Amino acid sequence: MTGQAGRRPAYFPWFVAPAAIAAVVLAAAMAALLQYAFRQHVPGSLQVGGFTLDNFGRMSSWVYLRVFADSLLLSACTAGFSLVLGYPLALALVRTRSAALKSAILIATIIPLFTGDIVRTYSWLIVLGKNGFVNGSLKWLGLIETPFELLYTMTGVTLALVQYSLPVMVIILSAAISHINPDYEKAAASLGAGPLAVLWKVTLPLSMPGILSGTVTIFAWTLSAFATPQLVGGGKVNMVSNLVYQLGFSNFDFPFAATLSLVSLALIFAILSLLGLATRRLEQAGFR
Amino acid sequence: MRPDGILRLAFGAVVAATLAFALLPSVVVVITAFGEKSLLMFPPDGLSTKWFVRAWTYEDFRSGIRNGLLVTAWASGIALVVGTLAAFALERFRFRGRDLLEALLLSPLVIPHFTFGVGFLILASAAGMSRTYSVVVLCHVILVLPFVMRSVYVSLKNVDPMLERAAASLGARPLQVFLRVDLPLLAPGLAGGWLFAAILSFNEFTATLFVTGQRTQTLPVAMYTYVREYADPTMAALSTMLIAATAFALAIANRFLGLDRILSIQAGH
Repeated sequence: MTGQAGRRPAYFPWFVAPAAIAAVVLAAAMAALLQYAFRQHVPGSLQVGGFTLDNFGRMSSWVYLRVFADSLLLSACTAGFSLVLGYPLALALVRTRSAALKSAILIATIIPLFTGDIVRTYSWLIVLGKNGFVNGSLKWLGLIETPFELLYTMTGVTLALVQYSLPVMVIILSAAISHINPDYEKAAASLGAGPLAVLWKVTLPLSMPGILSGTVTIFAWTLSAFATPQLVGGGKVNMVSNLVYQLGFSNFDFPFAATLSLVSLALIFAILSLLGLATRRLEQAGFR
Repeated sequence: MRPDGILRLAFGAVVAATLAFALLPSVVVVITAFGEKSLLMFPPDGLSTKWFVRAWTYEDFRSGIRNGLLVTAWASGIALVVGTLAAFALERFRFRGRDLLEALLLSPLVIPHFTFGVGFLILASAAGMSRTYSVVVLCHVILVLPFVMRSVYVSLKNVDPMLERAAASLGARPLQVFLRVDLPLLAPGLAGGWLFAAILSFNEFTATLFVTGQRTQTLPVAMYTYVREYADPTMAALSTMLIAATAFALAIANRFLGLDRILSIQAGH
């Protein structure tokens, strides 16, 4: 649909100009971030000092490396768990014949995506709190005397992050599964493979591109989570985003906050580039 | 029961359990909202609707809703126009810098919102526009543009270029072709894209937290501040209202536009 090559209509500049302005503003914001990352912090002031590389040196401190390590660990766990939970859901979404059931599964799956960070995260505070749903139910059943510590732990943050990423994982996986020609599955079944063997040896390998892309996307996406670790982590479990917020709004150290933001951005771009590379390899290996 | 039947049952159970996990927080928050005591606890003691009254009359929430609707109306409206024109031009024409422009416009999909927030905060203070509505709106426009553009791309795939050529051969000028042929055909997709953008803008929290101030704070920011200060079911009541509104909007979007199309999940064979 590249048609109309060469001659462009008179309206063309008016169509592109507003978007070009938006793109320039975005580029300017990222340039401002880049510039700040190389500036000195003047304690007690919002003004920044001269150019320096100190901010990058400070990152090698154990305190900050630990936050990066925790962020990567949380992202990896979240990606893994949402893959395991998301795959059956995606399969059900694509393969259900009833249109009503399909809509119901779709809406139930994506509602958490649209309720917004704060509503979703606040809900987890009630689920995981000392007098919350989990502890309240267990106590009511007589299974425990003293409540579990779930809030402000890695487990609690992971649970909330998995619920947060599940919709996106399901969307990516179901797009991949819907590309699989069901004739392959029928052929395998007619040759005597049981349903589990068909799933394990045909459907699952053929959905590899979706599995790869879903897992890596969620990994990168979780690295940019803020509200969930901020509230469910409550200052005890910190991701890079929480450190950035704290540096900015408690210490007014925006240069270092900019440095950490920049490093996260670079990390995410690197991960997504690797995904692009791996996807091309898969395509060369015969996957669509 | 045949082994196939057992497998189907087990699969159904796994799917149902996963959906229960996904919906659990929403269900718990709705139940908590009707509690009596000012302590957050589950299951709640007694039944009351007083938290709904408090949520509805709490001044910070009211101004948050007003600010949020203002920002959302401007941001989703501007993004709809800018995104539609840009996506149409990017899809139909080849020009210098096209790939760079597209990459920049779609980049908010992968840039972390906190990075975005810090960048816009620094830019705004350099431009002397700190914590103004303009900055919040601009930030939201750029954040939701990719979603509008995406809905245009998807809808354009279903527009037959022969219709454009037919109109042109009958004497329509290029702008007329766009306004009288393409735009009406794109309308349902655009409505979906706009709704999408509006929901995302109204709920956006992370970047907004960085660029708003006391006077310009939107509802999610006001809610965040409330959670940090109080632990009563007022927030649960407000969340309940927001969940209901979101579910309603999604059901409408699905009924008229087909969410699977907006999200580009293809129908199973």
